[in-house]
Amino acid sequence: MRSLWQTVRARLGRKLARDIALVCLADGIVGLSFGAITVAAGLPIWLPMLLSVVVFAGASQFMFVALVAAGGNPLAALAAGLLVNARHLPFGLAIGDVLGSGLLRRIVGSHLMIDESVAFALSQKDSDRRRAAYWACGIALFACWNLGVVAGAFGGRAISNTDAFGLDAAFPAVLLALILPSLRDRAVRLAALVGAVIAVALSPLLPAGLGVLLSLAALPLAMIGRFGPTPQEATVTGDEPARAAP
Amino acid sequence: MIAIVLAGVGLGVGTFGFRFAGASLKSRMTLSARTQHLLTASSVVLLVALVGTSTLLDGGSFAGWARPAGVAVGGLLAWRKAPFVVVVLAAAAVAAGLRLLGVR
Repeated sequence: MRSLWQTVRARLGRKLARDIALVCLADGIVGLSFGAITVAAGLPIWLPMLLSVVVFAGASQFMFVALVAAGGNPLAALAAGLLVNARHLPFGLAIGDVLGSGLLRRIVGSHLMIDESVAFALSQKDSDRRRAAYWACGIALFACWNLGVVAGAFGGRAISNTDAFGLDAAFPAVLLALILPSLRDRAVRLAALVGAVIAVALSPLLPAGLGVLLSLAALPLAMIGRFGPTPQEATVTGDEPARAAP
Repeated sequence: MIAIVLAGVGLGVGTFGFRFAGASLKSRMTLSARTQHLLTASSVVLLVALVGTSTLLDGGSFAGWARPAGVAVGGLLAWRKAPFVVVVLAAAAVAAGLRLLGVR
């Protein structure tokens, strides 16, 4: 285990490895609460574990459990969860190349695609580091999330309110910190801000997840200044994240 | 219970489908710099929208002041180029501290 950690650290660099470890710790605690809340709601002890392995997307898992625990129709819970997770399709389109080639890598890498691993990949500039960040974050989070869920399911109600630790503020802060460098591009920043306003304004009125998807209506704004021939941009390579606009 | 398990597995399969479809389409395409920019921007837009909704909303209504205050402090620190660990711990500590003081 120690040598594995050292290999990862050598590949990623000390700072990135530490950042990923911190996110894993925070998500592991959220996993604890997911396990505890699910069992406390009267659902079987194996259900949170099954969901965490096969779905591996926290927000949709919490929602699924809340709906079925309240006696809702499982099909409605399935539909609601799928709507929340539909954003993974554009995520795959954006960072799919970091998974590498080969069917097995694509299958495993796809399953490790979550908000955090995508944000870590986007936060890195060169493609080797993006790949290392994506895989390290995905694998480590899969392990921590599932370990947390198992511990929470057995541990009962020990940690069911993670808000007391401020972990609900940690998740947006993690994403914000990782995505901030991409917002240096003015057009992307404008699109993201308008998109966020759309999402926040519409989410209370719509089924969960739809408001976030509708933020994509602001996407054309990200192309401001990129229509027509722009010789300077011809040097920007395909796999780099957004850069400062000229 | 069978229906719940099937729905849960269905959610896993469907979610995997989204992930795999996006990644596979991507690996098949040769993209212009402009299209790549658009695809990367779409993830940035979605993640920032997620930051907005998960900061301000809880189940469709206002999440209270403690959480946005924590995220704002974290965001400010990130903007001032504070280390990631400091950003995340400060966001959590501010939200938890405000709640301890009775701010909701």
